[in-house]
Amino acid sequence: MKQLLAFIRKEFYHVFRDKRTLLILFGLPVAQIILFGFALSSEVKNIGIAVFDNAHDATSEQIVDRIKTSSYFLFKDPVLNFAEIEERFKEGSIKCALLFPANFGNELGHSGKAQVQIITDGSDPNTATIVVNYLTAILANYQQELNPGASLPYLIIPQIRQLYNEEQNGSLNFIPGVIALIFMIVCTALTSVSIVREKELGTMEILLVSPFKPIMVLVAKAVPYLVLSIVNFIIILLLSVFLLDVQIKGSLTLIFAESILFIITCLSLGLLISNQTNSQQTAMLMSMMGMMLPTMILTGFMFPLENMPWIFQAISHILPSRYYYIIIKAVMLKGLGISYVWKETLILLCMALFLLAVALKNFKIRLS
Amino acid sequence: MEKTIYDKAITCKNLSKRFGDFKAVDQITFDVYRGEIFGFLGANGAGKTTAMRILCGLSHPTSGEATVAGFDVYKQREKIKANIGYMSQKFSLYENLTVLENIEFYGGVYGLSRSEIKTRSEKLITTLGLTNEAKKLVGGLPLGWKQKLAFSVAIFHRPKIVFLDEPTGGVDPVTRRQFWDLIYEAAADGITVFVTTHYMDEAEYCNRISVMVDGRVEALDSPTNLKKEFNTHSMDEVFYQLARKAKRS
Repeated sequence: MKQLLAFIRKEFYHVFRDKRTLLILFGLPVAQIILFGFALSSEVKNIGIAVFDNAHDATSEQIVDRIKTSSYFLFKDPVLNFAEIEERFKEGSIKCALLFPANFGNELGHSGKAQVQIITDGSDPNTATIVVNYLTAILANYQQELNPGASLPYLIIPQIRQLYNEEQNGSLNFIPGVIALIFMIVCTALTSVSIVREKELGTMEILLVSPFKPIMVLVAKAVPYLVLSIVNFIIILLLSVFLLDVQIKGSLTLIFAESILFIITCLSLGLLISNQTNSQQTAMLMSMMGMMLPTMILTGFMFPLENMPWIFQAISHILPSRYYYIIIKAVMLKGLGISYVWKETLILLCMALFLLAVALKNFKIRLS
Repeated sequence: MEKTIYDKAITCKNLSKRFGDFKAVDQITFDVYRGEIFGFLGANGAGKTTAMRILCGLSHPTSGEATVAGFDVYKQREKIKANIGYMSQKFSLYENLTVLENIEFYGGVYGLSRSEIKTRSEKLITTLGLTNEAKKLVGGLPLGWKQKLAFSVAIFHRPKIVFLDEPTGGVDPVTRRQFWDLIYEAAADGITVFVTTHYMDEAEYCNRISVMVDGRVEALDSPTNLKKEFNTHSMDEVFYQLARKAKRS
């Protein structure tokens, strides 16, 4: 036990003296959270809009007022002619233009029918669709207010409600993915590199010749990264809650338990990689290409899995991060309990045990 | 006077290690006496490292018998490990740990108590003249000092035998000479030294040397006797005559 403590202390010295390790450990999570939370946000807010109002009557101005009160749009200077619209689109200052024809109010009043034109930027189809949805919704609302008593014979009004993320907070989806990604980096990459470094330096030989049990070398290597990962996890959670307004709906204990299970899976992967190679570079490459990239692409947090060719979907089933992502999303964002994620938990547990067993077995073989 | 088993630090009898058809170590037999400096010579690929790995408890022999510090290499590897020290040609110290932290770490790994580590490390640092460097990172020390420190760390837990695998690779002759002073001191303290080397001047410093060729021990005697036997004045010539017979590599 005393031997193990001496070893773990040494590992912490290594971590805290290596600037690059420190940067990966603590700089990366913060950078990732900020990047994914703010820069890569998929929600649409502050859409530049310009109005080309040829009518200038009460009706058109009422509609414009409605749009102004919505936080989705940012009003730019009104447009005065058609050519200017395209120019403004090309500049990129607006994403949307709203056209009222002359006599808009009159026509609506007399014939009961009038047209407005919504022009959007099709080079950004996601935003374009969202803009159209927002504007038609505002117009529909206004229309209903115009005829309060009127009842059409048959009218179906869809009441749409998006569950679990009603504010459409885009960072919600990323958080579980980023957490998985960071565990992959910290546990898998850093652990494998730190073991392989000892092989490169020749200190591993010294350790194997000492009475220190080989299995303890692995334990001593894993423990510091387990601790650091948990610290990291807490940092990410705090950042998400206080910086990105993510609400943690489920049980914190369950989230922690599942995370520790996933951390152990990642650590085993790191140990496994370190058994396969003797060079730090190979270890890094294996962790990055073999583990991080699939985590980023195939767990479903960046690109929907359902749209991928079956082969990629199949591959995603063997990725531990996929299951962890599902679990954390369910527990953290939907507030579900273990009874909903026991299947994924079981799969993750089996993976962790399997990887750990293989890693330990390989380590023993290497010795004799 | 006939030596008894108690005077022998290492015994090998028909020790062999095969990898498939390849006989890395082929029926070697020799004894190393307590307090002796035993040179273990051989060209690259002659089987030195494999033999040494077996004696350090890192590898299982295929056949034959061997004991290290009185313990059997098949059944008592853990006891062997507790009684030997080891230093390899590659660096065995952590560069981003200070001198003191390195010593404390190895002391800890060998299970020494905190107070033992403290008293011994203070003494060691004074002896090596590293008082001012004790809290500096090892990475910044000159190579010669690193090697002396690595050796001191290898015998910090007072092992019965210390294995040195080409300990002086890449070091200038003056530093090498100083390094050998340390080895002599250790031997005088009763530690048996088992050393591999490619430098023939170092071979001269050993009490006895063995020369391995193609997995076999082809010669084993004191440097003086070997030179007499091969009718030459230099160990270089002895080694060359033996190594020339090698069929592999």
